[in-house]
Amino acid sequence: MLHFARWKIAVIFILLISSTFFAAPNLLSGATLARLPDWLPKQQINLGLDLQGGSHLLLEVDVKAVISERLQSLTEEVRTALRKDRIGYKKLSIREGVLQVQIREAAQFESALERIREMNGGGIAVLGIIGGETPELDISSPEPQLIEVRLSDDAMVRRRTSAIQQSIEIVRRRIDELGNRESTIQRQGDDRILVQVPGLDNPEHLKEMLGKTAKLSFRLLDTTVSIAEAKGGRVPIGSDILPSDEEGSPEFVVRKQIMVSGENLVDAQPSTDSQTNEPVVNFRFDTVGGKRFAEVTRVNIGKPFAIVLDGRVVSAPVIRSAILGGSGQISGSFTFQQANDLSILLRAGALPAPLLVIEERTVGAELGADSVHDGRNAAIIGFIAVAGYMMLTYGLFGLFANLSLIMNIILISAALTLLQSTLTLPGIAGIVLTMGMAVDANVLIYERIREELRNGKTPISAVQAGFDRAYSTILDANITTFIATAIMFQVGSGPVRGFAVTLMIGVITSVYTAVTVTRYILTLYLRRYRPATITV
Amino acid sequence: MFRLKIVPQKTNIPFIGMRNITFAISGLLTLASIVLYFTAGLNYGIDFRGGTMIEIGTEAATDVGRVRTIVSGLGLGDVQAQTFGGDNAVLIRLEQSAGGEQEQQKAVADVKAALDKEYGAPVTYRRIELVGPKVSGDLVNAGVLAVVLAVGAMLIYVWFRFEWQFGVGSVIALVHDVAMTIGIFSLLQLEFNLAIVAAILTIVGYSMNDTVVVYDRVRENLRKFRKMPLDELLNLAINETLSRTTMTSFTTLVALSVLFIFGGEVIRGFTFAMIWGIFIGTYSSIFIAAPFLLLVGIKRDWSEVKMASANN
Repeated sequence: MLHFARWKIAVIFILLISSTFFAAPNLLSGATLARLPDWLPKQQINLGLDLQGGSHLLLEVDVKAVISERLQSLTEEVRTALRKDRIGYKKLSIREGVLQVQIREAAQFESALERIREMNGGGIAVLGIIGGETPELDISSPEPQLIEVRLSDDAMVRRRTSAIQQSIEIVRRRIDELGNRESTIQRQGDDRILVQVPGLDNPEHLKEMLGKTAKLSFRLLDTTVSIAEAKGGRVPIGSDILPSDEEGSPEFVVRKQIMVSGENLVDAQPSTDSQTNEPVVNFRFDTVGGKRFAEVTRVNIGKPFAIVLDGRVVSAPVIRSAILGGSGQISGSFTFQQANDLSILLRAGALPAPLLVIEERTVGAELGADSVHDGRNAAIIGFIAVAGYMMLTYGLFGLFANLSLIMNIILISAALTLLQSTLTLPGIAGIVLTMGMAVDANVLIYERIREELRNGKTPISAVQAGFDRAYSTILDANITTFIATAIMFQVGSGPVRGFAVTLMIGVITSVYTAVTVTRYILTLYLRRYRPATITV
Repeated sequence: MFRLKIVPQKTNIPFIGMRNITFAISGLLTLASIVLYFTAGLNYGIDFRGGTMIEIGTEAATDVGRVRTIVSGLGLGDVQAQTFGGDNAVLIRLEQSAGGEQEQQKAVADVKAALDKEYGAPVTYRRIELVGPKVSGDLVNAGVLAVVLAVGAMLIYVWFRFEWQFGVGSVIALVHDVAMTIGIFSLLQLEFNLAIVAAILTIVGYSMNDTVVVYDRVRENLRKFRKMPLDELLNLAINETLSRTTMTSFTTLVALSVLFIFGGEVIRGFTFAMIWGIFIGTYSSIFIAAPFLLLVGIKRDWSEVKMASANN
């Protein structure tokens, strides 16, 4: 018992010194830390959003919208192809994810099927989706002269995956542009994105910015009909009635065909119009977009066109001259904030599908600070209570256990700092709870020593037997706790995970400190004083 | 030297002799919990039911009635408001709106606008939690899955380390603990949220820990006293570990009570569940898990196993 391997002693001291070193920055304020020399560790425990305040948003990508958008454009393709070949059709429609078309003449059915089959494969290359070896479309004919087209399972998966990857990228750009660079953005599950933004008291603006798909397009107005005629039911095929933000004209009839889309923008900046003094957004096209815009404006001088954002007409100016420079200006009735927001959205790019906030947890900085304050108090008082109670029960041996407990707390702090796992309020609860449960191993050992002493053993052999016999029980008991917390970590989310992390770390460190460190302290004591009797 | 002792050093309490009474009591209470669960049900928090929770803080003491009137006037369905922790904070709950997530977002904006307008002095929004129907469904599944997995893992571990009777005994104790915790939450209609599921998992770990300590001693005694009748042997094991059991429960309860009093309003429900769970877990280890072994009977000759494994 009195022998204690050198390397074990070395490990204890190395652990104690290094963990104190790494845990210490947590006691200092940020300003003090900044003044310290660079070679000192400066990392502090990463506080969860519930402690520092901030917003946790779980977004869902509306994958269905992506699919239905593809089917919509497919419908247009089918219409164009059939018309081109003068194939008569009826009931061209989408029902429950299936595109249906009925061919009028049986004689034309084969060539219609051929035209639609030609769309398969080509569509994938055009859209640039990688790995598109399998056909995008399942084409079948369940009844004579009826053709059904649906997206293949593979195509659905590919579209879903790319929609989510793109969305994450766009969300990241938008959040960065808003100046929240500390945020974390990660994919969760099949179609969800988790956004965590610390230090954000009011997430309304952020949510507003994430809630817009920001699909921009430049289209010609359809001047063949008036609004009144169109609303009366005579909307020309290939045109839509869109709501508008322009004063005086709440709606426009706009061609579906897109002249240039927002994808071709390379830059957008808020500015003030030199003549009207109103906030505007200046934008610049890439080479392709610039050329196309120049061409379209050149051909359509004198005609009105519409700048459409997310299905609303922002403004509908008349083309006065060909716009050759590849840049332009959007002037709506903006406030400066709106112009600024719009340029951020345009710079970051359009989302492939709408995002829906399906979970939000926002904690104000004030409540966070209160929680830190309460948690710290509870931890200090908890420590004093548990330590005092151990002293009352086990006297000097209680003090030894308390020394181990202190080392345990330092180890937990260092581990949390180094792992940079997030400390949440339940996490603090986990630490306080760990203090209560950590002494259990020492209780098991001490109760054993008491028994052995009652059986007439000498102090040294009683202590020896106490440790040896209690060891397997301690392991069994702590492994079960560890299993429960590991499952909590796997299945849980957010704060619950934080709780599980501290408990898991606590289980490991408390077994080590209670068994090895307490044993070392006891060895020192027994060696130094060689007591004839001990009272545990 | 003075020593604080909750139980005397050496006890000989006939725990096993009380098994008929304790089994009956536990059985009845478990049954009552199940009945409560199916009749009164649980007061689910927004994690599981979906909905919105807004905690506001005001500089002066807030009149909850006024807040309730303002928010109720917005036509957002069932509105609850209560003071939270002190006079300066009010917790507002809105039920899940039929219109789904988008409606929910709008409801929060409406509440904020109405409160900002009504109170001239600034209202701080200390906390906003909003859980949509899709997420709440997932959270229910995850919670149930976690508890089932945890109990299953315990069964396998104890089976592996001991014998199947021990595994079954400990799992019966765990199911009892979980049932009783759900029972008290149903009886008192306390809010049942994700944190409570975490508490239940911790209780499962703790109760198991307690049971394993007793079982370890049972196994040790099985090797030591080959001829002792099983009931006597089990009783001895419980009594021998009793001072440890109470000591550990006590230190844990001390830590939890401190959390309950000083840890703030946000985690009070969680600490309450834990405190309750420590009592139940300690009780079940002594009065259910151990006597259960007598009910099913266990293999007596443990020395052979040791020899056999030693020979391997």
